[in-house]
Amino acid sequence: MANGRFGEYGGQYVPEMLMTVLHELEKAYNHYKNDAAFQAELKDLLNNFANRPSSLYFAEKMTRDLGGAKIYLKREDLNHTGSHKINNVLGQTLLAKKMGKTRVIAETGAGQHGVATATAAALMGLECEVFMGKEDTERQALNVFRMELLGAKVHPVTSGTMTLKDAVNETLREWVTRMDDTHYVIGSVVGPHPFPAMVHDFHRVISQEIKAQLQVAEGKLPSAVIACVGGGSNAMGAFSDFIGDKDVKLIGCEAAGYGVDTPKTAATITVGTVGIMHGMKSYFCQDEYGQIAPVYSISAGLDYPGIGPEHSYLNDIGRAEYVPVTDDEAVSAFEYLARTEGIIPAIESSHAVAHARKIAGQFGKDEIIVINLSGRGDKDVAAIARYKGVTVNE
Amino acid sequence: MSNFNFHKKALIPFITGGDPDIETTEKLTLAMIEAGADMIKIGVPFSDPVAESVTVQKASERALANGCTVDKLFEMVKNIRKNHATPIIFMTYTNLIFVYGKEKFMKNCQEAGINGLVVPDLPFEEKQELDPTCRKFGIALIPLVFPSSKERASMIANGAEGFVYYIPSPAITKTEVENVISEIRKTSQLPVVISYNLKSPADVAPLAAANGIIIDSAVVEIIAKHRQKAVPHVAEYVRRMKI
Repeated sequence: MANGRFGEYGGQYVPEMLMTVLHELEKAYNHYKNDAAFQAELKDLLNNFANRPSSLYFAEKMTRDLGGAKIYLKREDLNHTGSHKINNVLGQTLLAKKMGKTRVIAETGAGQHGVATATAAALMGLECEVFMGKEDTERQALNVFRMELLGAKVHPVTSGTMTLKDAVNETLREWVTRMDDTHYVIGSVVGPHPFPAMVHDFHRVISQEIKAQLQVAEGKLPSAVIACVGGGSNAMGAFSDFIGDKDVKLIGCEAAGYGVDTPKTAATITVGTVGIMHGMKSYFCQDEYGQIAPVYSISAGLDYPGIGPEHSYLNDIGRAEYVPVTDDEAVSAFEYLARTEGIIPAIESSHAVAHARKIAGQFGKDEIIVINLSGRGDKDVAAIARYKGVTVNE
Repeated sequence: MSNFNFHKKALIPFITGGDPDIETTEKLTLAMIEAGADMIKIGVPFSDPVAESVTVQKASERALANGCTVDKLFEMVKNIRKNHATPIIFMTYTNLIFVYGKEKFMKNCQEAGINGLVVPDLPFEEKQELDPTCRKFGIALIPLVFPSSKERASMIANGAEGFVYYIPSPAITKTEVENVISEIRKTSQLPVVISYNLKSPADVAPLAAANGIIIDSAVVEIIAKHRQKAVPHVAEYVRRMKI
């Protein structure tokens, strides 16, 4: 990968002010990724603090019900803080500490990445500030309080659409004002180089584990790996070690919201065009003039108008396939997994479950589909009740 | 040749195109030229202006809400060009140029009489994204230098066009300005213009060594306050700062 590019995608489209700190980060990361002591320390944190390896669970009832491929669930929902986000956050926070930074800042949508960052900062004794769209602070008030419990300061963002993309803008602006002691913990495989590559590396553990666990359980590779995609970090982690295995289908599930033929969607690859924002060239939901579109999904974690540059590349070269999944399909899958397997998945991950339900029957009984269950659904219970018109008194 | 020649310290006010509306932007531009501005910098509003202060972000939001597009701004500049040769530069983000089509954007700049472009999310490392097309159509791609990029200043200025645009630290001093200029002079003789919010003509003291001053957001603030009635207030401000 030359100059932080995946084909034409990626790059460093940021204000000149940030270039020095990005170069410093790249240099530090290139050093520590090959540093045995750093990797050992990170592995210890992942295993003993975050509870890795996460299990690869054979969903027997779902398999029987769908009547096709054997379904395995990669249980990232069982990680500490409830999702895959902790993998990247522990990596970046440890790196920040090694670089001598004393403060971390982060954006968050639903709050999962913010909670994970606040957690890692508390563990490592760093100051933490989280930027969250005002609208999201209201929708996810409990997560705001959770971050505060962990010692973080949460700033509601009132610019633009007051959601995730604006939180990213605001965190970038904050970083520019204080770069010496501060690291920006980006929450997905997005942003300027080296973030997409670095976040990819920190989540690669997901596919490494899947491969090893499946080897023990079945002695072979899966036919397909399915994951939901907003920015695309859990999908990149689940795809990573299978990219070279050409017979393994890689499928990313985008949030279609009300449907890709409506404006209320966040299915970037399906409806977007190539553009440049948040430091990267990639696909974005935008108008003919390049103004970024307000996007929508029931899932705040997938409610982002862009996608990581490596996904854009995998899409263009035909190595991965990206499919839209609507709110209705995701909610139905959320309930299905709860009742069928006794697992309440995050509404984000439910998009991947929904697509597996559609295609499992097209595979033979000796074939395997792995769904990356990126997070748990506790945070979504109130929203699902609202969606179904059920009143819940907390 | 798209380099600018400043005979004396140039005064370059900045406004956001389409704030509060295109008609007022045109009147403001004419009024600033008549009040003695040496160049006008017009922001083409973007939905996600990461490099902008809150004041300018809000101006961009107002302009977009009122339907401002770059096509309308091209038309406006064409109108102004009928009677005025004062240089006009656009500031906008890479995405607006990329999505519009780089060739088409530069061609329209050339036809409308836009002399240069400031693109705040295009650092030196990504310059090739736009530089060849800018050169083809004779549009100066104006490089930015910050205090954090002091050691990079000579690299950034080397082979650049137009002028070098320096954003100083909040506690700007004469020494800071002289140091950055001498760094730039290692590779370039381009004019060095400093972004600053002049409140009174006496504020220029630390900027003595610079070739010009871009008014950061003082004019945008006047427009935010007076909206469609801002024209005489803005003209008065420019006249007062133009010593």
